Amino acid sequence: MSANMVAVLYLISALMFIFALRGLSHPESSRLGNIFGIVGMIIAIITTLMFKSVLSYVEIGAAIIIGGAIGTFIALRIEMTALPQLVAAFHSLVGIAAVFVAAAAFYDPASFGIGKVGSIGTSSLIEMSIGTFIGAITFSGSVLAFGKLQGTVSGKPIVFKFQHTINALILVIIISLIVIFVTNQSPSIFWTIVIVSILLGFLVVIPIGGADMPVVVSMLNSYSGWAACGIGFTLSNNLLIITGALVGASGAILSYIMSKGMNRSIISVVLGGFGGEQAASSVGDNSDKIVKQGNAEDAAYIMKNADSVIIVPGYGMAVAQAQHALREMGDILKKEGINVRYAIHPVAGRMPGHMNVLLAEANVPYEEVLELDEINHDFPMTEVSFVIGANDVTNPAAKTDETSPIYGMPILDVEKSQTVLFIKRSMATGYSGVDNELFYRDNTTMLFGDAKKMCEDIVKSLA
Amino acid sequence: MEAHSSEVFVIGLTVFFLACIIGYYVVWSVTPALHSPLMGVTNAISSVIIVGAILAAGPFGYDTSKIFGIIGVLLASINIFGGFIVTYRMLSMFKKKPKKNKKD
Repeated sequence: MSANMVAVLYLISALMFIFALRGLSHPESSRLGNIFGIVGMIIAIITTLMFKSVLSYVEIGAAIIIGGAIGTFIALRIEMTALPQLVAAFHSLVGIAAVFVAAAAFYDPASFGIGKVGSIGTSSLIEMSIGTFIGAITFSGSVLAFGKLQGTVSGKPIVFKFQHTINALILVIIISLIVIFVTNQSPSIFWTIVIVSILLGFLVVIPIGGADMPVVVSMLNSYSGWAACGIGFTLSNNLLIITGALVGASGAILSYIMSKGMNRSIISVVLGGFGGEQAASSVGDNSDKIVKQGNAEDAAYIMKNADSVIIVPGYGMAVAQAQHALREMGDILKKEGINVRYAIHPVAGRMPGHMNVLLAEANVPYEEVLELDEINHDFPMTEVSFVIGANDVTNPAAKTDETSPIYGMPILDVEKSQTVLFIKRSMATGYSGVDNELFYRDNTTMLFGDAKKMCEDIVKSLA
Repeated sequence: MEAHSSEVFVIGLTVFFLACIIGYYVVWSVTPALHSPLMGVTNAISSVIIVGAILAAGPFGYDTSKIFGIIGVLLASINIFGGFIVTYRMLSMFKKKPKKNKKD
């Protein structure tokens, strides 16, 4: 196959990837988009297999089949509530694969047309080390994010003295190592870069707490794209550069949207430590306030007599796997002629769009699921807000209390509705460690218990 | 050699910036409800680095580079299949339900 033919086929593949993302602008076109993505990938792989230098089909085929089988098995078995950790795990694979490709290019530059061992061009070496560096950080950062999301590692932010100084120092070390690597092309320096970058990846994610995970997962998504870009530059492969840039841009935009949803700069999320000890100051003075408590029958009665109900789900719904019971409750209310809608805060859950997927899984029509800007002005006209597993994203302190760590965060104005029903396990504070004054309001009724159990009990009472 | 490689680099850089701009506009057009599938699909397509891994694994005979290449192909394949399938699963949940959803 001529070089021009290859370039054209790679271009088609890149266009397919662009269409794949474009398809996601609407649920109806999204499935076609995914097919475009698959076609693009098949074109890319077949084109590469046609290269004259690619001969060992048996080994490559075996690797694709084994890897494909593992990937298929995992993707089919995974629970939708575990999506965030799955995505984190997949990001780590992109990162480590990028490291392996960079290493392969380093050990056999001739196969990639970037020179001979020991005399690789300077620009290729720089690109290679940057690709390796980003790939290694993506790998270890994602592994730790996976651990935090899965619960194998504590989700609490871990902060220690001189944390940022140490990270900055490590970055300087890596840059110096890259400079040395470019001049002497030594394998031991290459692997030192890999190891130190892996260490930095861990250190970068360690101080970031559970609820900041939507930002971290998006950021690692972005990194995995930039890693692919770095490899693309190393191999002078436009397809990798384009795809890497698309993915990098996507992750960066998602990180931006997520941190805006928390009214925090990306920098402050990256620096981490949020939700740790500093929040303790604002807790404790509410012990004498009165909380109105209710049970499933009360909730059923209140909602049955309402005209409109807005359901506000949060991460707690995912933890309790309450989405199906919740949808059942919503269906019964709809049959009673009640207007039932769902309000999603941008940072609800542990990854962007997490709640939307869970509600879709439970067969909630997507037209009933609205974003913060679409529904927030409807709360004053709403009789019942039903908060399930969300906390900080409904806290009015974000609007009024300048000393609150969540001050300025856009919130769902549930307190403006006539009645707030708030499902909660106990009176413990939300992730931010901030007490929610909503609990003590006259129009709030607390429903203590497991979210799923509560929904099932309400369904029973409604029947 | 140097002159040639710098030319290649500039072409790469051009492609890179144009692709970033396309990415910027395309991603902003994605509806927030589909941000999880967006991550699934970007995850799958970023595994296009399999192209580099295949080139490394291509030649006959075994050396370090080839072994790295094969591992790279394996890891990227997990991601390609896993990413597209999990995205497919997510997206099929967003199918328009028949009126009066009788389904479970």
